[in-house]
Amino acid sequence: MKYTMSVLVENHAGVLSKVSGLFSRRGFNIDSLAVGITEDPSISRMTIVVEGDEYIVEQLEKQLNKLIPVIKVKALEPNETIARTLSLIKVSTGKGKREDVMRISELMGARIVDVTGSTLTLEFSDTADRTETLENLLRPYGIKEIVRTGIIALEKGPNATRPSKRPQ
Amino acid sequence: MTGALAMVKCLEQEGVRIAFGYPGAAICPFYDALIDSGIHHVLVRTEQNAAHAASGYARISGVPGVCIATSGPGATNLLTGIASAYMDSIPLVVITGQVRSDLLGRDVFQEADITGAAEPFTKHSYLVKRAGDIPRIFKEAFHIASTGRPGPVLIDIPIDVQKTEIPDFDYNIPVDIIGYKPRSLGNSLQIKKVIEALKECHRPILCAGGGVFSAKALDELRGFVEKCEIPVICTMMGIGLLPSDHPLNLGMLGSHGCVPANKAIRDADLVILAGARVGDRAVASPGQVAERAVVVHIDIDPAEIGKNMPAHIPIVGDLRLVLSELSKNCDWKAPAEWVEQVTDRKARYSKVEIHAIEGYVEPKSFMRTLSRKMESDAVLCADVGQNQIWSANNFAVRDGRFLTSGGMGTMGYSIPCAVGAKLASPKRQVCAVCGDGSFQMSMMELGTVCQEGLDLKIVIMHNTRLGMVRELQDRLYSCRHSAVYLDGSPDFVAVAKAYGIPAVAVSSNEEAESAIDDMLKNDGPFLMVCRISPDYPSL
Repeated sequence: MKYTMSVLVENHAGVLSKVSGLFSRRGFNIDSLAVGITEDPSISRMTIVVEGDEYIVEQLEKQLNKLIPVIKVKALEPNETIARTLSLIKVSTGKGKREDVMRISELMGARIVDVTGSTLTLEFSDTADRTETLENLLRPYGIKEIVRTGIIALEKGPNATRPSKRPQ
Repeated sequence: MTGALAMVKCLEQEGVRIAFGYPGAAICPFYDALIDSGIHHVLVRTEQNAAHAASGYARISGVPGVCIATSGPGATNLLTGIASAYMDSIPLVVITGQVRSDLLGRDVFQEADITGAAEPFTKHSYLVKRAGDIPRIFKEAFHIASTGRPGPVLIDIPIDVQKTEIPDFDYNIPVDIIGYKPRSLGNSLQIKKVIEALKECHRPILCAGGGVFSAKALDELRGFVEKCEIPVICTMMGIGLLPSDHPLNLGMLGSHGCVPANKAIRDADLVILAGARVGDRAVASPGQVAERAVVVHIDIDPAEIGKNMPAHIPIVGDLRLVLSELSKNCDWKAPAEWVEQVTDRKARYSKVEIHAIEGYVEPKSFMRTLSRKMESDAVLCADVGQNQIWSANNFAVRDGRFLTSGGMGTMGYSIPCAVGAKLASPKRQVCAVCGDGSFQMSMMELGTVCQEGLDLKIVIMHNTRLGMVRELQDRLYSCRHSAVYLDGSPDFVAVAKAYGIPAVAVSSNEEAESAIDDMLKNDGPFLMVCRISPDYPSL
């Protein structure tokens, strides 16, 4: 099963390598990892998707918490989470395929961000599932290149994962 | 003031009296500033042993040990020592010099990415970029090393940062690390649950590990188990928490442990793990224990709970507080029938006769004699291999300590560890026991022993074999011995004498006994070589 973890870390050089090093040496498999700064520029948020079971997730949470620059770790509930991935997809549009690709793009809600005589590049931000659907629809036309970000996720509703101090 | 002087001032402010190290170009500004301080520097013979000596010092003094090395090979040589301290949760502050910060990443002479290399073995590490950060970083490093679950913290400082002038030095700064707030108080509901579980159980035991030493909770442990009459087994890191002859102490468990301890955990219906991480050598099949018994796991590190053994009642907290809460609130006593059963078994096994061997020293009875003859607060530093097992199971600790590399099993640990232990507590007798293999991994430290004029006793269990591997090859590899014969070893007595250290070789229990008397009488270092049968087993 896949689990999504939201991790707040101090925004220092070297923190990413501490976190990724932990994954490899404890034998956790990273599906995807995305990092960016938060509303507080001294803090970054990592969204990490891991493949595992409950034991793995519990261990991961505890081991991440042991890293000094890690401020907060939260495993996100799949049903209570908004998760998105951003993709750029370059599709061949030779031999009159352009219309088809444009229609698919419109249907799925992708934006066309670059046009050449023989290609269209689409920008698509959605769930991992819908991204896969779009890819499947475009594949027959010839996908030249794809780039996808790691998944980013936030809890639904008014709650926020904030840095909180654990009791002394 | 320069960054280097600020480093020294930080150490002074932390109350550091002794530091272990080995200089080099990239750490020269610091070494220069060190001359004018009151800190005594111990020059080891290889950097790895600076970390081991700092570890021995920390374990006896109860404060972080400090070790220092230069950049590149100096720093990488420290790694095994850092990793050994990390596995055994020993607080160290490790200082390394680094090449000039504008040259970082250019592969210049003696450059190594030591914060990167040490990442898996340090509790935390710093690469200092600005001299002004030195006081804060040192303060944080000592705080992180010594609180929560202790461990080594590395500070890597480029030479230009050491030379940079800082306007003012203020060490009176509060430590506030947003991601580091170790919990100390145990959850009171969980503590109540333990007391309820105790009342329902029939065959409780407590398994004590090195965490009890880290928490300085020896009195609390003893108070709790004596009040509730709970039998105690210990891990290798927990040896000495209770005196070996304490009626409730059943000895060390595990693959190299003793029968009374292993049978007790097999029969128990409630197991309290106190500061023990349930390593594979202590409990081979932790799942089975948890099926048979209610498992209570008390540890300051939440990540240890449930890692190796499923826990029914987890308690995260400082053992000193948790154990004293438990004894304060629990008026229950373990069923006398159970306590009798396990303590009788201990008494039976202790009566098993050990036979002398013609032409050799018998190591188990030797360790018993040694412990009897040493003072009650003596420190024994055991190395790794058969000598460790003979020591662990037969050296009776009274008010003293048993120090060894438990988690990492680092050969060569005993002599540098003993150097650190002796310097931490000069009045106590300190003895290092090693094999002929492990001695040769650290024998260069005889130089340190002489330079410091340490009254250190060293025993070599000389069986001309890497005995533990030999045993493994006998058992699992059809007695095909591969690379375990230590031919070509020097005459150890002559080596010691070359350093001016009195030494003697013995080959019978009687000779050994009188040599122990000479060794302990002798005011100063002494080396004793015991001839051990090459086929003699660990257990």
